[in-house]
Amino acid sequence: MQTNQLLTLFGGAMLLLGLVAFFLGRAKAARVRATGTAMYAQPDQYAWFAVVTTAGPALMVSAIGAFLMLLLGAEIPTLYLLSASLVVAAAGLMVGMSQVRPDFHARQAIERVIRWVLVGAALISIFTTFGILFSIVFEALRFFQMHSFWDFITGTVWNPGASFLAAAGRGDEAGSAALFGSVPLFAGTFMITAIAMLVAIPVGLLSAIYMAEFAPSRVRTLAKPTLEVLAGIPTVVYGFFAAITVAPIIVNVAGFFGLDASFNNAVAPGMVMGIMIIPFISSLSDDVINSVPDSMRQGSLALGMTKGETIRDVVIPAALPGIISASLLAVSRALGETMIVVMAAGMRPNLTANPLEDMTTVTVRIVAALTGDLEFESAETLSAFALGLVLFAITLSLNLVSVIMIRRFREKYRVNNL
Amino acid sequence: MPRHESYPPEPGQPVTRNREANHELSIRIRDLSLWYGETQALDKLNIDIYQKNVTALIGPSGCGKSTFLRCLNRMNDLIPSVRIEGLVEMDGRDVNAAKMDEVALRRRVGMVFQKPNPFPKSIFENVAYAPRMHDLVSRKAEQDELVEHALREAGLWNEVKDKLQQPGTSLSGGQQQRLCIARAIAVQPDVILMDEPTSALDPISTATIEDLMDKLKQQFTIITVTHNMQQAARVADYTAFFHLGEIIEYNDTKTMFANPATKKAEDYITGRYG
Amino acid sequence: MSHSFDDISAQLKKRHRQSSRLKWISMGALGLAGLFLVLFFADMLSKGLPAFQQAQIQVQIDYNEDAQRMGRAALDPEVSRLVSRTFERLIPVRMRDNPELLGTTETRWVLADSEVDQYLKGHRHTLSESQQATVDALVEQDRAELKFNTTFFASGDSKMPEAAGILAAALGTVMTMLVTLSIAFPVGVMTALYLEEFAPDNRLTQLIEININNLAAIPSILFGLLGLAIFINFFGVPRSSPLVGGMTLALMTLPVIIIATRTALRSVPDSIRHAAFGVGCSRWQVVRDHVLPLAMPGIMTGSIIGLAQAMGETAPLIIVGMVAFIPDIGVSFTNAATVLPAQVFTWAGEPDQAFVEKTAGGILVLLAILIFLNATAVMLRRKFERRW
Repeated sequence: MQTNQLLTLFGGAMLLLGLVAFFLGRAKAARVRATGTAMYAQPDQYAWFAVVTTAGPALMVSAIGAFLMLLLGAEIPTLYLLSASLVVAAAGLMVGMSQVRPDFHARQAIERVIRWVLVGAALISIFTTFGILFSIVFEALRFFQMHSFWDFITGTVWNPGASFLAAAGRGDEAGSAALFGSVPLFAGTFMITAIAMLVAIPVGLLSAIYMAEFAPSRVRTLAKPTLEVLAGIPTVVYGFFAAITVAPIIVNVAGFFGLDASFNNAVAPGMVMGIMIIPFISSLSDDVINSVPDSMRQGSLALGMTKGETIRDVVIPAALPGIISASLLAVSRALGETMIVVMAAGMRPNLTANPLEDMTTVTVRIVAALTGDLEFESAETLSAFALGLVLFAITLSLNLVSVIMIRRFREKYRVNNL
Repeated sequence: MPRHESYPPEPGQPVTRNREANHELSIRIRDLSLWYGETQALDKLNIDIYQKNVTALIGPSGCGKSTFLRCLNRMNDLIPSVRIEGLVEMDGRDVNAAKMDEVALRRRVGMVFQKPNPFPKSIFENVAYAPRMHDLVSRKAEQDELVEHALREAGLWNEVKDKLQQPGTSLSGGQQQRLCIARAIAVQPDVILMDEPTSALDPISTATIEDLMDKLKQQFTIITVTHNMQQAARVADYTAFFHLGEIIEYNDTKTMFANPATKKAEDYITGRYG
Repeated sequence: MSHSFDDISAQLKKRHRQSSRLKWISMGALGLAGLFLVLFFADMLSKGLPAFQQAQIQVQIDYNEDAQRMGRAALDPEVSRLVSRTFERLIPVRMRDNPELLGTTETRWVLADSEVDQYLKGHRHTLSESQQATVDALVEQDRAELKFNTTFFASGDSKMPEAAGILAAALGTVMTMLVTLSIAFPVGVMTALYLEEFAPDNRLTQLIEININNLAAIPSILFGLLGLAIFINFFGVPRSSPLVGGMTLALMTLPVIIIATRTALRSVPDSIRHAAFGVGCSRWQVVRDHVLPLAMPGIMTGSIIGLAQAMGETAPLIIVGMVAFIPDIGVSFTNAATVLPAQVFTWAGEPDQAFVEKTAGGILVLLAILIFLNATAVMLRRKFERRW
């Protein structure tokens, strides 16, 4: 029999056993109660308890079996495993039924189970983080066995071209050895991020100042969600916009000033990324500025300060931790942004300070390394994980610093809505 | 009902004169009414405030004392739904006139708030910031001198002279409030409004601030809102009793507490309601 | 020492100017951001709307002997170059399936080649002078025109722009989102329930909270690396399938749903809980019968927003291989599939000029769905918003 059919059969049998457990449990409990005996729980609760004892251990057995097969490579025939689970389920049903007694706290037992299920769900987010960390670290270590960490961090030439030959056991045929110096990739990433921030921070912060301090409330209630539309547009759409619309404009404008710009220049993806990030900064800054206590503003106005001076010298300094925190989050966002740069930035690792040249980024190389028809074991494929590891480390530290700063701000002004 | 022969005197004038007080006019208020949207909060107030005195505003909560205080430096402008009628006159000018620059007004009419609100800056900057913006000081030495002077006036200098660069928020509540007073006097206003300046403070800090008010009235006109009648009796030259948006009685403080002219004021002072 | 109002006002002039300058500059910044938005949508509409129309030509099909081998033989040689090759390829197939067609003729509207389409729309094209004249003549005779592009909505991907459509990708998106929601919604709600209603305030709880905030800010491409290394390489989930894509996106959407659910749970006032405890409910009964129903609108809103976010995501899906070329319409969780944003990405990479408008057309469809979802979320929030 096919595994799929087996699984369907198993699922059906489990469902059936569960239903049997439910109705038998309820019937028995109802019978006990009909005799006038006081019970600790409702018949339905006994029924649910029977279902839990039937399905819980059985599913546990099959899950453990599946893990043994995957992790240790143990050869357990699926048929045996599923039959064993069904046997456990039947045994569980018996136990569940025997517990339908007046002095048994079925409700408490169920709630304990529910609690553990909720804990399990909460742990999934932890597993996800560790999953990301381990999957990246594990593969990155394999990469660093092939190429030195030091060369990766300090090398200025990224030329993985020949690595697939080495993976195919023909390394000696390659004209030149593959080089994995990540400096040009990070330089490109930081260049594009810097351009994005040059657009996003002034526009986002000033918009937030206008919305929080000057705008009539009608404008504010309209402007905030409108700006957030910018953050809801898929990045692939921004990538298309940057590549098809903005890049040619940049080339033309540069040409007008007698400058030579590549169609894959860094300005177009940087600018468009900046536009995308505006609402991250404006929205959070607006919240932060709004939570600066009004007494600060009044204190300043009562000294004969103009509104502008009050904002510049009192409100913004007070909101600064929150604004910095928002900007750090935005930087982290820009560093990890993928689609815009994949579509609009170059593929060529290029160590240059001229934003009109084409340059590539970390995320572009990750995508390039993992979408080709390369062997997974090749150094180029694995290099994606090494790049991912560095990206993870940078964004994680930015996020943590940002969280700590916003927490400080919150404690200082005792605001809870941030 | 008025029991005093001479009540009401001329509109805006106190029932009884305080012979020790200065009687140069500082702010003249005539028929001042204020509405929050549809709700009337002040109803045709008349009062003359005299220079270099402490004038206390007392009355049950919600009677309009703070609202009235905020009319004097137009802090009510910050609330969109507010509508004001009547005259608030200072230095021969109508404070509410369209031509009056409210920022200029606030420079001359400073304010100290219920809760201390030092800026998120150093102690020094808290005091030096406003005078610098107002071009009251130009050189660094002048600035240092002014900060020291203001902090001395506020009785804070000895406590903070060694930590001027620390944030203003690091001080205790009472010290913060004196820092706010120093900040207000550093811009050399004519009038200082105090909106229940001691209500968030402990008794010792309160006493310090009361002494300070007594000292500051040599130079400034002080108008203070207070819930604490003993405080009014201790510090004020004149006291105005507010009730439901009206000034019921404006009187020499000693007379007000010993022999009030109106029944309502007497009931309030003797604690029959409040 | 006292300054008159006039002295002060004179000094204030400059400062007032600075103050109003800040006002205008900040207003300008907001306006600029709004302008970006308007320009962006105008650009997408102008590029994408033409994709909803496609040139068709009325041709006479002559089912002769030669056409059994080469479809082009059935057409007038003058127009045969103007007709889509997808149609020409179909003629021999049709004739094999229906032998009685041999010897008959038929007049019908067929898809034109994409170059004709581009020519009629006034875009860049590669038609020769004589071909242009032919097309002009056909237009004169009402035998060539732009019609509503049903192909675009009813077919899968194609290497020929005139035959390419978004249906396969749309179905892929539906399948992927089903997987995403069926994982992220229950797990997210349960996590939030645990954290808000059950969890003791200990180290583990704090760790989970910090971790969730951090997950929300991790670059999406790293979730793709997780999907590749763990789901595909370790668990053996089929590459490029909606299953692996949906699972990867589920992990990404999880923090959004958790955070929204926690906010919704927190906005249910404690008095409700106390009242329920007061009538003898257990903690779980309080949550299930009282707190959860009240928080449901907020949870739904958050989930829809999370879903919209996941629907627009591309980077992690590229890593798990969901950029496959899918010409056939199929519904399966385990076969290779593509999704709308990935389809947009694929088309954006096509060198053919005609694909630019297909890309923009796909973008418009994607944006319309996202706007619809977000508008639903906003309506839901408005309708059920409750102040306690």
